[in-house]
Amino acid sequence: MSDFFTSSVLVATFASAIRLATPYLLASLGETIGQRSGVLNLGVDGVMLLSAFFSYWTVLQTGNLWLAVVVALAVGIIMGVLYGIITVFFEATQGISGIGIFIFGLGFSDLMFRQQVGTPKPVQRLPSVDIPVLADIPYIGEPLFQRSLLTYLAFALVPLTFLLLNKTTFGLNIRSVGENPQAADSLGVSVERTRFAAILIGNSLAGLAGAALVLQLGIFQPNLTQGMGFIAVALVYFGAWRPLGVMGGALLYGLVNATVLQWKSLGIIPVSISDLAGMAPAIVTIGALILLARRVNAPAALTKPFSRH
Amino acid sequence: MRKKLRIISSLIAVLGVLALGATACGSDDSSSGGGGALTMAIVAPSASDDLAFSQSMVDSVNALDRDITVQVTDGTFIVEDAAAAIRGYAEDGVDVIVAHGTQFGASLAEIAPDFPDTTFVWGTATDTQGLDNVFAYAPAADEGGYVNGVVAAAISETGIIGVVGPVEAGDAVAYINGFVTAAEAGGATVNVTYTGSFGDVALAAEAAEAHLANNADVLTGTAQMVVGAVGVASDAGVPWFGTQSNQTSLDPDLVVASQVYHWEFALEEMLQLRDNGTKGGQTFEINLANGGLVIEFNDGFELSDDVKAAADAAIAGIIDGSIDTGA
Amino acid sequence: MLNKVLGGLVPFLAALVAFAFGAIMLIALGANPFEGLEAIFDGAFGSGERLAATAVKATPLILVGAGITIAFRTNVVNIGGESQIIGGALLSTVVALGLPDLPAFLLVPLVIIAGAIGGGILGAIPGALKAYASVNEILSTIMLNLMMVQFMNYLLRGPLIDPYELEAGTRIPQTERLSDNAALPTIIGGTRFHLGVLIAVAAAIVAYIILWRTPVGFRLRAVGHSPKAAKAAGINVKRNITLALAISGSLAGIAGAILVFGSEGQRMVTDGSAAGFTSSAGFNGIVAALFGGLHPLWTIPSAFLFGALLTGATQLQRVLQVPSSLAVALNGIIVIFVISSSRVRTWLQTTLGNTNLFGKEEDDEDDEEINSTAEVTT
Repeated sequence: MSDFFTSSVLVATFASAIRLATPYLLASLGETIGQRSGVLNLGVDGVMLLSAFFSYWTVLQTGNLWLAVVVALAVGIIMGVLYGIITVFFEATQGISGIGIFIFGLGFSDLMFRQQVGTPKPVQRLPSVDIPVLADIPYIGEPLFQRSLLTYLAFALVPLTFLLLNKTTFGLNIRSVGENPQAADSLGVSVERTRFAAILIGNSLAGLAGAALVLQLGIFQPNLTQGMGFIAVALVYFGAWRPLGVMGGALLYGLVNATVLQWKSLGIIPVSISDLAGMAPAIVTIGALILLARRVNAPAALTKPFSRH
Repeated sequence: MRKKLRIISSLIAVLGVLALGATACGSDDSSSGGGGALTMAIVAPSASDDLAFSQSMVDSVNALDRDITVQVTDGTFIVEDAAAAIRGYAEDGVDVIVAHGTQFGASLAEIAPDFPDTTFVWGTATDTQGLDNVFAYAPAADEGGYVNGVVAAAISETGIIGVVGPVEAGDAVAYINGFVTAAEAGGATVNVTYTGSFGDVALAAEAAEAHLANNADVLTGTAQMVVGAVGVASDAGVPWFGTQSNQTSLDPDLVVASQVYHWEFALEEMLQLRDNGTKGGQTFEINLANGGLVIEFNDGFELSDDVKAAADAAIAGIIDGSIDTGA
Repeated sequence: MLNKVLGGLVPFLAALVAFAFGAIMLIALGANPFEGLEAIFDGAFGSGERLAATAVKATPLILVGAGITIAFRTNVVNIGGESQIIGGALLSTVVALGLPDLPAFLLVPLVIIAGAIGGGILGAIPGALKAYASVNEILSTIMLNLMMVQFMNYLLRGPLIDPYELEAGTRIPQTERLSDNAALPTIIGGTRFHLGVLIAVAAAIVAYIILWRTPVGFRLRAVGHSPKAAKAAGINVKRNITLALAISGSLAGIAGAILVFGSEGQRMVTDGSAAGFTSSAGFNGIVAALFGGLHPLWTIPSAFLFGALLTGATQLQRVLQVPSSLAVALNGIIVIFVISSSRVRTWLQTTLGNTNLFGKEEDDEDDEEINSTAEVTT
C-alpha cells in the first residue's frame, strides 16, 4: 500500500481519473441539459459510438484532429435533429426511442468500421496542452493542467452549463418546460423549440464525448464505448441534474476506476479477485449516493411528451 | 388496445408479404458443393479482424496453400447463433467447418453426427468428444509467452514489466503465466493487471498508464482490447510484445515481437487426413516445435545479438523440453 | 373510413420504410437486397427447426418484456434486465451443481424457481434502494449491470469453473456440463423447441393476470398511477415499488435459467461481457415490451418478431457474407420508425377530421404511457 502513496503514483492516478472522467463528463452534461427540459435520452451510447467512429475515420483519412472534432460535433447535431424529430414532433416514447438510437449506433458504427477500416489502425492522439505557469505547479500541475483541450472544455462546461441553466432566459425556459410544460406554453414559451434546442445541445455534447474518447485512445474498435453512454445517463441521476453534482459523479467514477487499476498494477489487489475489484466503481457510486441521501425530485415532466391536444 | 393489435398485426403482415415476395424472387438456391475447390467455413466468436483470436484463424485459413473457398460468420459468441451458422453451413454442403470457440463443443456433439461427410474442426479444445468427424486444436500459448518474457526481461532497464490482461481465463492465462515465468527468471518484476473486460479499450489504456507510473518500461498484453494499451506504449516510447496475431502494424517501431498462431499447420494436416479418408477423431496442438506457434520479430525494432541468442536458446529449450514454461 | 385505413397503414408503412433503409444498406454493401430479405426470412421461418430457433430466441425477450411491463405499470424503470438474467442464471447454476442427482421432475422446477429468486433479488435491490434510500432506479440498475458482469466472470473463472478446464490448462471460464436432470425437455423432437418457451408464455399470462386480475396488481397499478393517491388509500407505496422490481427481476431471472438449461451447451460460459451470455435480451426485452404496448400478452408476438429478426440476422451474415451488425443497425431503425409512426397516425386522423371512430378504448389497460422517472414522494 505504501507504494501507492508516493507522489508520482498519486499524481498518475489522478491524471488517469481525469482522462477517464472526460467523456463521461461531456456526455453527462449534455444529458443534464436534455433532462432538465424534460427529455430522457437513453441513446447517448449510440451517439457516442457514431461520433467516435466518424471522428476516428476523419483522422485516419485526413490526419486532421480538429476536423475530427468538428465531424464528431456534426454527428452529434445530426443525431440530435433525428432525436428531436422523433421525441418532440412525433411525441414518441422517449425510453424506447433512445434505445432505438443506441441499437442503431451500435450496429451502424460497427458496420461502417468493418466496411471502411477493418483491422484497427492507430491514429494520432489529442496532444496535451500545458497551461502556462499552472502546469508547473507541483502535484496538481500535471493531472490538471497538462491535459487535452477537450478535457479543458469538459471542465469549463461545468460552470457554463450552470450559468446557462440558472442565469439565462433560455435556461429558465429549459427548466420551465421540464417542470411544467403546460404552464410554460401558456406563458408563450415554445415547448417544442426549447426542448429541440436542449436535445441538440445534449447530443452535440454526446458527440464531443465520443471524440474525446476515441482521440484520447487513438484507435477505434466495434463497441468502443462498452456502455459508457449508459453510465453517463446514470451520472446525471447521481448529480441530481446539477452540473457540479454531475462533475462530482464523473470524477468519483473515474477516480475509483483509476485507483483500482493502480492497485492492480501494484499488486495491492491480487489477481485472484481482480474481477471482484472491478465491481468497485459501481458499488462506490451507489454507496456514495446512499450516504449523500439527497432527495432531489426529477424534473416533473421528464419523459412526458408534450402535446397541446 | 386495438391500436396495439394493429401495430403488431400490420408488422406481421409486412413480414409475411416480404417473405412471400422474397421467396418468389430468389428461389434459385445456388447449392454449392460437387466437384472443384474445397469449401471451408469459419464460425468465430469475435470480429474476424480483431487482431487477436478470431483473426488468427481467418488469416490461417487464408494462408492455406490449397484451392479453397472460404466463408466466414463472425461475432457469434452466443452458442445458439453459432450452432445455427454451423448447421447452416453443413446443410449447404460445406466440406470443412471450423468452429472457432470452445463453447461451441456441445452444439457440435449434436450437429456432427447428422453430417458424417463433413469435417468439423473445433477449438480451442483438447479432445474430440469421441466424434470421428471432428478434429480438435489448441495452442500452447505459454511457450510464446515464455520467449517474449525472456526478451522483455533482457531489454528492460528498470527491471519492471507491465502486463495488461482481459479476464483471467483461457489462453490469456497461459500466455501471461509463461511470460511471467521467463521474465522473473530473467530478474524482472512483472506487474499483471486483468482489466476485467475483453472489449474495454479505455480501461486497457489506463491499465498501461498505471504500469508506466510504476516504472514499467516494457509492456505486453493479450486480447482484442490491448490496442488501447499499445497506443499508450507508443506515446511513451515503450517497447511492446504481442500475441495471437502479428501486432506490428499497431506500432512499427516499438512492437518487438508477436507470438502468432499459425493454425494452418494443424489445418493442413487435418485436410491431408481428410484427403485420405479420415474425417476427424484426432487432436492437434500448435506449438513452437511443430511450427504452429511462431515468434515473429519486428525488423523495425533493433535487438542486440545477445538478446536474439537468448530468444533462440529459449525457443530451442522449449522445443527440446529442457525449459519448463511454468504454465 | 378512409382515415381508419390510412391510420392502420402507417405502422405498416413505417416498417416498410425501415426495411427499405435496410435494403439501401445492403445495396451499399454490394449485396442483393432481395436475397438479403430472403435470407432473413428463411433463417427465421424457413423450416420447423428455424421456427423453433426463433421461438427459443424470443423466449428471454418475452420474459424480460413481461417483467418490464409490470415495472413500468408501477411507474418504475427497469433497465437492469441484463444483471437480473445473470443473477437468475448464476443461482440456478449453483442449484444444479449442488443437487445434480435430483430427479428431473424436481430439479427442473427447482432451477426455474432458483432463477426467479436470483433475478428477484437483483430486482429487489434497486427497488429497495429507490423506495427506502431515494436512489434512482435507472442509476442503480445500470450500475448493477456492470457489477454482475464482473461477478459472473469471477465465479465462472474461479469458484464455479469446470475442474477439467483447470486440469487441461485451457481455463475457459465455464462451468462443467450441468446435470441432464435439469435440462429443459424438448417439446418438439428434432428442434430446439423446449419447455422454456412454454414457461415464458405461461409467465407472460401470469403477469397479465397478476396485473389486472389480482389485488396485488391493483396496488401496483395504483402506485404507478399516482403514488400520492395510492398512499392516501392506504397502500404501502415503498413496499409495492420494491415488489414491482422484484417481480420484474424474477421474470428476467427465469430467462437466465432458461438460457442455461435450454441451451445445447447446458452450462454457463462467459466471454467477459454481459451480451456474450444474454444476447442483450435485457435491452431487447424492453423494446419488445414497448412494442407490445406494455401489455404482457402483446409482448409475446412482439418478442417473437424480434426473435425472428435476430435469428434471421445470423442467416443473413452466413449467406450474403455481410456483417451481422447490419441487422443490429436495422433493428434500431425499425424501432425508431415504428415508434415515431403513432404520432403520424393520430395526425392523419385529426387532419382528416374524424376524432374517434373506435369508440371508447378499454381505459385501464391502455391509457398509461410510461412516465418512467417521476420520483416517488412519500
